[in-house]
Amino acid sequence: MASVMPDTQATKPNVGGLQWPAGLSVAVLGPVIALALACTFFATQSDHFLSGGNFSLILQQVAVVGVLAIGQTLVILTGGIDLSCGMLMALGGIVMTRFATTLGMPPALAILCGIGVTSLFGLVNGLLVTRIRLPSFIVTLGTMNIAFAATQLYSGAQTVTDLPPLMTALGDTFSIGSTQFAWGTVAMLALYALAWFVLRETAAGRHVYAVGNNPEATRLVGIATQRVLLVVYVVAGALYGVASLLSVSRTGVGDPNAGQTDNLDAITAVVLGGTSLFGGRGVIVGSLVGALVVGVFRNGLTLMGVSSIYQVLVTGVLVILAVTADQLSRRGAR
Amino acid sequence: MNAIATPRVVMKATSLVKRYGQVVALDGSDFELRAGEILAVIGDNGAGKSSLIKALSGATVPDSGEIQLDGVVTKFRSPIEARRAGIETVYQDLAVAPAMTIAENLFLGREMRRPGWRGGVLRMLDKRRMIEESVARLAELKVGIRSMSQALETLSGGQRQCVAVARAAAFAKHVVIMDEPTAALGVKEGGMVLELIRRVRDRGLAVVLISHNMPHVFEVADRIHVARLGKRATVLNPKKIGMSDTVAVMTGALRPEDLPAEALAH
Repeated sequence: MASVMPDTQATKPNVGGLQWPAGLSVAVLGPVIALALACTFFATQSDHFLSGGNFSLILQQVAVVGVLAIGQTLVILTGGIDLSCGMLMALGGIVMTRFATTLGMPPALAILCGIGVTSLFGLVNGLLVTRIRLPSFIVTLGTMNIAFAATQLYSGAQTVTDLPPLMTALGDTFSIGSTQFAWGTVAMLALYALAWFVLRETAAGRHVYAVGNNPEATRLVGIATQRVLLVVYVVAGALYGVASLLSVSRTGVGDPNAGQTDNLDAITAVVLGGTSLFGGRGVIVGSLVGALVVGVFRNGLTLMGVSSIYQVLVTGVLVILAVTADQLSRRGAR
Repeated sequence: MNAIATPRVVMKATSLVKRYGQVVALDGSDFELRAGEILAVIGDNGAGKSSLIKALSGATVPDSGEIQLDGVVTKFRSPIEARRAGIETVYQDLAVAPAMTIAENLFLGREMRRPGWRGGVLRMLDKRRMIEESVARLAELKVGIRSMSQALETLSGGQRQCVAVARAAAFAKHVVIMDEPTAALGVKEGGMVLELIRRVRDRGLAVVLISHNMPHVFEVADRIHVARLGKRATVLNPKKIGMSDTVAVMTGALRPEDLPAEALAH
């Protein structure tokens, strides 16, 4: 009657299975190695690469993609994908800059309106995914095009200039030693810290993982899975709005053609960072490392004088490599 | 178990009817579950076995009929309502999140928060307490898994099922319903889960066991509810009837009226 159950497997974890969340180090190790290799390679190619100024530049360039990648990570963790992120960011940027200039709105209010518009698009994405149960891929493909067209129509395909100083404040820099850092970088890091805390330490964050891991089981334990999904899409939309502000701050203009490479770059960053496209597995810090990898490649290739077309090519190869690694490790875990 | 004269009835259903278009899945089915027993529910495909279980666990709402829980008439509109009423269900296809830890799975949707402002304002999880509680709950049921912070997918199928059963047992106030809990398991692992089901019963919970596996049914069941043609054909006493006669009743080859009186459970 009182037989003790065999627990041989319990003591030694399977090789393929991630020790989650204890496996943080393992999950982030891959992208960190990729980052180190990329840095080493570019350091040998360009003397300028390792300078403090260039390091700061990479961080500034990464801020936009980095914040987009936070929203993207949330969506991908639930098992979805958001193709609209870059276009929403461009739309948010045009809305906030036009509202502040053409409409003469106070800049703080205009910024909030821009974030409001991207959040609203996030809400539409979320409602279509939860209420009509459409695949996120096709929903966000649609909103991506709608947002792109709206951006072009509203801006008249013209760049918005003469922005109030508050709008570009996150582009201002401060020095540590002889190196300049932008406030936008600080904002990005703060958002990562916040996302890390929520995903790891709160029930709401764990439910995001649970929904992506096994939606049916999560529903059956009484979690409102549809609401979790809806909140994720809205929060992602709001984050894209923050990315709009970072982009506007850095370039000093409202650019209707912003976000076109950032779209794929954000997805690449998330996947490179080890978050599974199948949902339910990943670490937010990985996406930051992934964004840095993407940023380092773009920066390093530019320093080497490689045409931007090749940078796009490299990003494409990177994302396929990362997804392949994900798929193979999944197979190994079975 | 059979020494007790009149065990308390925990859950009772009378004349449940469920139609799907032209198909009558439940045609006035009755059901009775007593405290501290394992009641096996068996039946051929289409006998109304799974419709009955769905009605009891809140997955479907019967068209007519009445369900009583501890003598009180209840209506479940969803599995979540049944769960709140103290009925936990272990699903055949392992309703767990494989990439999450054992402790997280045990407390999924019922997480504990840290005391004070950390839990109140920051809404921080009390991971340590959940792990300690998990260790205690699994130890109570003698499930030999050491680390609560390992991902569920690192466990064997039987161990995963044990975690699912332990979760149900930990939170059920009245009833644990198990839908084919041993179906996907090998002999040894199946035995491990059966042993656990007995322990759950011995802690005083009423267990409903749906199974196609006759040896498993006969190994653990105190009574056997035979579903046939959308009704309850009879309730059998596994100690007084053999497997082949049971299967004959289930398929209709043998009428319950023709069985010796002692073969029927009371």
